[in-house]
Amino acid sequence: MQIYLPIAEMSVNAFLLLGLGGIVGILSGMFGVGGGFLMTPLLFFIGIPPAVAVGTEANQIVGSSVSGFLAHFKRKNVDIKMGLVLLVGGLVGAAIGIQIFALLREIGQVDLLVKLSYVIFLGIIGGLMFFESLRAIIRSKANHVRATRKKHGWIYALPFKSKFRKSGLYISVLPPLAVGFFVGILSAIMGVGGGFIMVPAMIYLLGMPTKVVVGTSLFQIIFVTAFTTIMHATTNFTVDMALAFLLLVGGVLGAQIGTRIGLKLKAEQLRILLSLIVIAVCLKIAGDLVLQPSDLFSLDKGLSH
Amino acid sequence: MIIVFFYFATRSIHAEELVAELSKDEVAITANFNGSDIFIYGAVKRDLAILPADKSEGPLEVVITVSGPLEKLQVRKKAKKTVIWMNSKTLEVDAAPSFYAVAATGNVTNIISETEDLRHKISIRKAIRSVGNPETIQDVNQFIDALIRIRQEQNLYQDLNNSVSLKDATLFTTDVTLPSNLVEGQYQIRIFLIRGGSIIDYFSTEVSINRVGIERFIYDLAHKSPLIYGLLSVFIAISAGWGASAAFRYIRL
Repeated sequence: MQIYLPIAEMSVNAFLLLGLGGIVGILSGMFGVGGGFLMTPLLFFIGIPPAVAVGTEANQIVGSSVSGFLAHFKRKNVDIKMGLVLLVGGLVGAAIGIQIFALLREIGQVDLLVKLSYVIFLGIIGGLMFFESLRAIIRSKANHVRATRKKHGWIYALPFKSKFRKSGLYISVLPPLAVGFFVGILSAIMGVGGGFIMVPAMIYLLGMPTKVVVGTSLFQIIFVTAFTTIMHATTNFTVDMALAFLLLVGGVLGAQIGTRIGLKLKAEQLRILLSLIVIAVCLKIAGDLVLQPSDLFSLDKGLSH
Repeated sequence: MIIVFFYFATRSIHAEELVAELSKDEVAITANFNGSDIFIYGAVKRDLAILPADKSEGPLEVVITVSGPLEKLQVRKKAKKTVIWMNSKTLEVDAAPSFYAVAATGNVTNIISETEDLRHKISIRKAIRSVGNPETIQDVNQFIDALIRIRQEQNLYQDLNNSVSLKDATLFTTDVTLPSNLVEGQYQIRIFLIRGGSIIDYFSTEVSINRVGIERFIYDLAHKSPLIYGLLSVFIAISAGWGASAAFRYIRL
């Protein structure tokens, strides 16, 4: 069944969109990532204009994150206070990210920026997570002792300390503010929720327990992507409601299934799985940048100087 | 669909005139829009039989063009910088039709003279206007070729040689298929009657292609009240997320 997308101005098979939403939704629920880092490149691939893909994806992530967040909230796996600190940083970052996006769109390098960002961040994060998880699994098998995470001294030396009871932490608000800010920028320019950066940063940098990390990151993602959606809708007119809705219907169902699968897996297994997916996406995009494209030319519409 | 009959006064001193009609004068883009066909047909009207003088100029030919709204475009070319392929050169195209089909009784470039093509912008190439390009681009043609090739792959530009059937130098018909990825607006349809490379009569009309129903509502809201649209988008997303969560809880109980 074909459906005409009013903002993207093209006709797409509705079942294809539902299916894409569903698959990405399952991963979203399992890992607590918005799924944007998978969905946005997939939307490019089926021919959605990049600007519409980025704007619409922000909208879709809002919905899929709410669904995942509620599942975690009921299990009391959310540190609301930490989430609010991350959110403040995130809103500032997103506002700046929108400006960077508009600027690079003007000079025709937004594609390159988006793809390079994917390769760099996915490569680093995926690699780190993979080896860390592998080590943790080997260690736990060898000693039958749970690996304890290293505490980073310098983070505890920073001022403006606050107690985050749910996470069992007493740390400065500066690192979570910075993490939120950084993720906010990425949210706006990459069409992602930023979970793939935030989840590892919360585990390795802030030292939060894996259990609360997923729900807390979803909490921040909901509000940052809602803000990004409204910014894209009012400045670029690139949010396609119909496209977002179809991806969502598949996505929210997938997220519910994913959350249940995630609860059955061990934290280390979850992380190693996520790292493999992250690395695969990274290699695919890196390949696109390094190999000679099949068509050297591309068209850009409606940008005036 | 309303069928409108088009009749026109001749602007030619020749005794051959065009009478033409379209199968539809509007196309509605609905939620399940998947392209549309426009059937264009007509006849050549004569007071007398074909004059020998006319015959000596060559056979009668018909060229029909369908053009979507003009838009400004950038054609970008990638080049390898160290290890990465990135956009390096950009050609600004001032006005290119968002859709363009040219159908003819033969090969357009053979049927029509270069001068007439330039004057009336009939072939795809001439329908694209690009002036004042930077000196950094030596080969502008390569960029225009790429634009045409990309749009042809999307069925947005169609070179329909030999697709107009002309019977007894009088009745002509053609079928133009509009793809689903259309931009809305007024689509201009032009019909040229040609002998010996020169246009002897010309007729033009429009088909309006517009969104209707829910498509219209969403598009208008997005452009006229973007803040409300953005808020509504977020609200729908949150409702869907919450609704799914609640539904799953209900199913589990």
